[in-house]
Amino acid sequence: MLIRRPTDILPSEITTSELYHDRRRFLTASAALAVGAALPAGLARAAGQSLGPLARSPYSIGETPTSYKAVTTYNNFYELGTDKADPAENTHRLKPAPWTLRVEGLVNKPRTFGIDELLKLAPLEERIYRMRCVEGWSMVIPWVGFPLASLLKLVEPQGSAKYVEFVSHYDKSTMTRGVLDWPYNEGLRIDEARHPLTLLAVGLYGEVLPVQNGAPIRLVVPWKYGFKGAKSLVTLRLTEKQPITAWMKAGPSEYGFYSNVNPEVDHPRWSQATERRIGEFSKRKTLMFNGYADQVASMYTGMDLRRFF
Amino acid sequence: MPPTNSQLGTIKAALFALCLLPAFLLWRGLEMDTLGANPIEALTRATGEWTLRFLLITLTVTPLRKYSGWHWLVRLRRMLGLFAFAYGVTHLLTYVWLDQFFDWHAIAKDILKRPFITVGFAALVLMTPLAATSFNAAIRKLGGRRWQALHRAIYPIAVLGCVHFWWLVKKDITEPLIYALITAALLGLRAWWREQERRKQLAGGYLPQPRFESKVIKIFE
Repeated sequence: MLIRRPTDILPSEITTSELYHDRRRFLTASAALAVGAALPAGLARAAGQSLGPLARSPYSIGETPTSYKAVTTYNNFYELGTDKADPAENTHRLKPAPWTLRVEGLVNKPRTFGIDELLKLAPLEERIYRMRCVEGWSMVIPWVGFPLASLLKLVEPQGSAKYVEFVSHYDKSTMTRGVLDWPYNEGLRIDEARHPLTLLAVGLYGEVLPVQNGAPIRLVVPWKYGFKGAKSLVTLRLTEKQPITAWMKAGPSEYGFYSNVNPEVDHPRWSQATERRIGEFSKRKTLMFNGYADQVASMYTGMDLRRFF
Repeated sequence: MPPTNSQLGTIKAALFALCLLPAFLLWRGLEMDTLGANPIEALTRATGEWTLRFLLITLTVTPLRKYSGWHWLVRLRRMLGLFAFAYGVTHLLTYVWLDQFFDWHAIAKDILKRPFITVGFAALVLMTPLAATSFNAAIRKLGGRRWQALHRAIYPIAVLGCVHFWWLVKKDITEPLIYALITAALLGLRAWWREQERRKQLAGGYLPQPRFESKVIKIFE
């Protein structure tokens, strides 16, 4: 009865790469003025606004990006609702401007950054990354952002700093109550945080990050399950002790601190061997470290990845 | 006043169309691509939820009949139960066909290793003999008492369905909780009736008599 699914539209047909790049060239010219004018004035930057010319990155993969529509309507952002369609419908619950990001803890120069400072902190790059959700689906997303390492350099982490904790914005008057222990937090080992693949994203598809994707600034760690990418960040804290993350608290036997994509270590309730790429019919085999093994595997040499899941 | 046979026929036809409506809407959603970014997941989820809903609707017939006095409602029960089975089979098919694409090795592993799939699969297996004995000749052949005993399997089936849903969700258990509470109420009601009957027997007031105020209702025409 459902034989027609395989011939369904591919993401590349919805957003061909020509159209996508063309559109950016066109928007770059017309919107550069607007962004240039808006940023110093600290005006609200709306989703959909172009982020101007972007540096290309050797870390981008050559796979076809998932359609803009899917990337922005199929989201896990529990603060805005637990159904995947909820976040896009509840964007009014989070105001991405004005916004500040506090970096504190074991650093020589603790600092609070305004979003405009963050945007100028390093050249914005486009990074086309795979995103694998712990639930067994995946996307390819053209993020815009800069390496977390460039931010860390500015605050000068002390030698005792072993971990970075990431804390998301939470406002109990407008956001989901219960479900998880709010605010949402995540963590990385400091070498993971400094890894060149680890990105602070401020946009996608060349445009300002939509609220449902974690506006105005979020973490992206492409070799780990998607939930590690904490959204709408307000605090980064450098610590000596390993942070206990929201998902570790919610299900210690199901979600570990590392949460590296690993087809050989199943979630206790479902297999992680395969994944459905959104927009595709057949499942794909999940790749070790989500296909980034060459770049990241050395950080985990000698570790039992079953134990440190 | 109970409906005449021809009125009941009309009611049944309308109910049949109504029961098909979710399937029709899902089909249309697939064609128009309005099921979201992950239509296979949406379809699997929706057919599963409709299976559970039809199980609970089926379980509502008897209390509704008892408290409203509309004893003819029982003549709609078979259709409702069969729809629960049909949605359950569709649910399994979306999993086997669309989700796993006939990867029998992965399916077998899932059924054995993933408790939520084990439980869901067991529920559907248990529903099969019920669907297979739903026609009049089977009821006659089994005899009312044995047929009824067999069909009480719907109680564990509904519980398994709730557990299947509960174990599947990642964290927000609101929805499975609602289904579980309704199931608990429907099964609890039956336990309570039993208890009432037992007390009546102990009090010595028991005379063998049809349960529903001496009104014998044929469950098939």
